Amino acid sequence: MSGLDGQNPLVLVDRENHSFSVARRSFVDPVILEAERERIFSRCWLYLGHESELAKPGDFVTRQVGGRHVIFAKNPKGEFRALLNTCAHRGARVCRERSGNAKSFQCFYHGWIFGLDGNLRHLPDEEAYPEGFKDRPSSGLKPVPRFERYRGFAFVCFDENAVPLTDYLGKATEYIDIVADQSEAGMTVVGGTQEYSIRANWKLLAENSYDGYHAATNHATYLDYLRNTNGGLANVALVGEGRDLGNGHAVVEYKAPWGRPVAQWIPMWGEQGKTEIDAIFARLVERHGQERAERIATRNRNLVIFPNLVINDIMAVTIRTFYPVSTDYMQINAWALGPSEESSWAREYRLFNFLEFLGPGGFATPDDIEALEQCQRGYANAGEVAWNDISKGMNRNPPAYDDEAQMRAFWTQWNSRIGGTAA
Amino acid sequence: MTNVNRADLEEFLFQEALLIDNWQLPDWLKLFTDDAHYYVPSTDVAEDAAAENNLFYIADDRFRLGERVTRLMKRTAHAEYPRSKLRHLISNVLIRKAEGDLIEVGSVFVTYRSKDGQTDVYFGSNIHKLVKTGDGLRIREKRCILASDGLRPQGRVSFIL
Ligand code: FES
Ligand SMILES: [Fe+2]
Repeated sequence: MSGLDGQNPLVLVDRENHSFSVARRSFVDPVILEAERERIFSRCWLYLGHESELAKPGDFVTRQVGGRHVIFAKNPKGEFRALLNTCAHRGARVCRERSGNAKSFQCFYHGWIFGLDGNLRHLPDEEAYPEGFKDRPSSGLKPVPRFERYRGFAFVCFDENAVPLTDYLGKATEYIDIVADQSEAGMTVVGGTQEYSIRANWKLLAENSYDGYHAATNHATYLDYLRNTNGGLANVALVGEGRDLGNGHAVVEYKAPWGRPVAQWIPMWGEQGKTEIDAIFARLVERHGQERAERIATRNRNLVIFPNLVINDIMAVTIRTFYPVSTDYMQINAWALGPSEESSWAREYRLFNFLEFLGPGGFATPDDIEALEQCQRGYANAGEVAWNDISKGMNRNPPAYDDEAQMRAFWTQWNSRIGGTAA
Repeated sequence: MTNVNRADLEEFLFQEALLIDNWQLPDWLKLFTDDAHYYVPSTDVAEDAAAENNLFYIADDRFRLGERVTRLMKRTAHAEYPRSKLRHLISNVLIRKAEGDLIEVGSVFVTYRSKDGQTDVYFGSNIHKLVKTGDGLRIREKRCILASDGLRPQGRVSFIL
């Protein structure tokens, strides 16, 4: 069986014997990273941003997606645009601000001016160019090859021939819907981005984002903290399932004892909190019926949309993307998402909740970072100890939230794109 | 306490930094008032942004700050086990405001952190809101404003800034 173009296999599966192994070479080999850039980050739909980040016509944000520099903008008519941020003239990155509001983008090198749709509007000494030069498509800022949105989440794809976004998302749309349905007025990204990095391979963070198995040991101090809070826990046990959603997407859905601003009350939030949470829940029932309202309010979901979009709907909602810079270094961006209509009380608790667990200063994420970096260090021994075991729960159906079915979904898709066939 | 001059404030900030560098965190915690806050804002918000409606890296009230110290003193705080070595350099100390018993003091920090053969540098400004008490100065608010673009390549604020 070929792994990467005829080399040794990277994923070994033996369903009968409940065995699933991933070659540690996948985390350290620069040839594999090159293949990932070509076959994953240049072919898959990638998260660009959330519509709420662009409130008014002229609003824009710049960001790197799949190694490319992209401008995400709202044109004067209020339509969303995704443009490649490189000057048609000689290449300079045209927009150098992180975000703002603009009528046009002027390249500072020779002064070409582009509209928010990418059209070249003005160039100094235009007489030196043939007639009609300005109106050629090749003179403008090039749009990304594919740009589509689903329920507020905007995606790009650098493969002209990719399937439509909703086909790509497939069954994952059900879980995006559950997040989008938490709001009547629309979900919104809260101000402030957590921008950090981990000295580890990017795939380790995909695995970690929905790993239910590591909580008791890796997050022992977080669990201690919850126990020390006065009324920080609801009387709810951790229980749930892992699900393969197809196309490499997967989710774990489970009940947990922490408070959820939409909508699981904990005693710490007091009587005012109870009134607020009850009202939020009542509106959910009106809009979605009892059963779906309970699912939205009281279940937690850690979702990974292949290859690198995490939407964790837990004690707060986070959107997170991450990209490899090298085999052993990734950059991460994380945002907080909440209903735009939520009260200042709920927003405050949402952010308080977010920070107690999540992010590089939280009580949990730093220990995840440490674990991922120590795995990466361990792979220095990949020559001698060559395989990771990802088989937990292959012997039960359905797999539990703390099994590894979700990671097997990721690796199966990864392997099919990287060119190996599972042995 | 009566008059507090810059030398007193520098002495206080240097002593605070020393307690952190020595991992004497329970003693460090005693420098805070019961209603204290400790903030590390994310680096793309205004320096005086509010934690109630902006995503920070850290926004602790006094209870959670105490829990942070409790956590960091455990072996199971894996990000800091074995503990990193730290050196805080505190400089450019300026009194920003002084009203009655309240003093707001600005400073610049450069902090080195070494762990497992890797050294990272953190730099930025501190704003301390201090209160004069019978027992000396106490911190009502410490806000550490990172001057770097995000936390790259440092990746974490797993210790006390
Ligand atoms: S490179 Fe942009 S105007 Fe020349
Ligand atoms: Fe974790």
